[in-house]
Amino acid sequence: MKTIPHSIPIILLLVGGILMTAIYSRGVVSSYSSTTIPNNEVLKDTPFDKMMQVLTHERCINCHPNDNIPKQGKDSHPHYFGMKRGEDNLGFTATQCTTCHQPENNDYSGVPGAPHWSLAPKSMGWQGLDKYEIAKAMLDRAKNGNRSHDELVHHLTEDSLVLWAFDPGVDHEGIPRETPPISEAEYKAAVIAWFENGAIIPKE
Amino acid sequence: MKISFSVNEVPHSIEIKDENTPLLWVIRDMLHLKGTKYGCGKAACGACTLHVDGEAVRSCSYAVKFAEGKKIRTIEGLGTKENPHPVQQAWIEEIVPQCGYCQPGFMMATAALIDKIPEPTDDDIDRNIINVCRCATYYRMRKAIHRAAQIQRTTSKTME
Ligand code: FES
Ligand code: FES
Repeated sequence: MKTIPHSIPIILLLVGGILMTAIYSRGVVSSYSSTTIPNNEVLKDTPFDKMMQVLTHERCINCHPNDNIPKQGKDSHPHYFGMKRGEDNLGFTATQCTTCHQPENNDYSGVPGAPHWSLAPKSMGWQGLDKYEIAKAMLDRAKNGNRSHDELVHHLTEDSLVLWAFDPGVDHEGIPRETPPISEAEYKAAVIAWFENGAIIPKE
Repeated sequence: MKISFSVNEVPHSIEIKDENTPLLWVIRDMLHLKGTKYGCGKAACGACTLHVDGEAVRSCSYAVKFAEGKKIRTIEGLGTKENPHPVQQAWIEEIVPQCGYCQPGFMMATAALIDKIPEPTDDDIDRNIINVCRCATYYRMRKAIHRAAQIQRTTSKTME
């Protein structure tokens, strides 16, 4: 008989704890938001806008940080364990990106992977830029690894690490990672069309 | 599927249905080398660290198919009782382990570190040794890492 009144406060405490944790983690989540498309912007249907829906998505931006820290997850939180850019964008000397990331996603551990897994070079830091600024940086040969338009199209539509965004595997809880809002085929067609039409950055 | 590789310089060929099986389970359950530990299975703790072609790898997140033709080294292949590896020697001198569970992973990560950085600074240690120890032996571990590097430097000098 006595156990019932005792268990109620415990249950209340537990529920309270869970609620507090949920509220706290939401707070942490929002402080790392890296979304570059304002929520109220009407998404247009031009090749430029379609391409940018992908390039501003966290699947791309997380590895194009504006500092030396890779980001993770929908909330773009800093990579756990203090991992940083290190040397050659490949991590530290003895603990490299490839200590954990292999050429394919690992569905057992939830660790994402793709060939030549690495951080984008510092000159390609896009985090915090809007889509127009990203496009400018992407076309700037001083920042884009001296790539011509043809080479950019190749990088954007053929590179397996770039295309990983459309097949990002599952996370550590086995939950599929979110993909960009348009399909891989639509994205590729948009990139090709935008470059074919002269890679003109629309006025803001 | 057949996959061939060497473990501690012994060649192995295994027959396995799921080529994506983590290397950790092949090492522990098929080759019965139990020194490599399972901590999280999420590449987060480092208990499963071993070497693949001289690089530290978290074997819980390494599909066995990637081991084809590679040289794997586990804690069992680091040194012997008679001839301990500098990391093992230093670990004994500094009496590092508490429960011991995380230690093989730390030792393999350290062996890889001092091969690449013979005189690691505290910063090098902070960056590269990011395994997790629930018993918090980090303080003794740091001393042992410096000591292991020192032993390795002296040994390689005498061998020159
Ligand atoms: S068991 Fe592999 S990192 Fe924890
Ligand atoms: S010694 Fe116990 S977990 Fe590290």
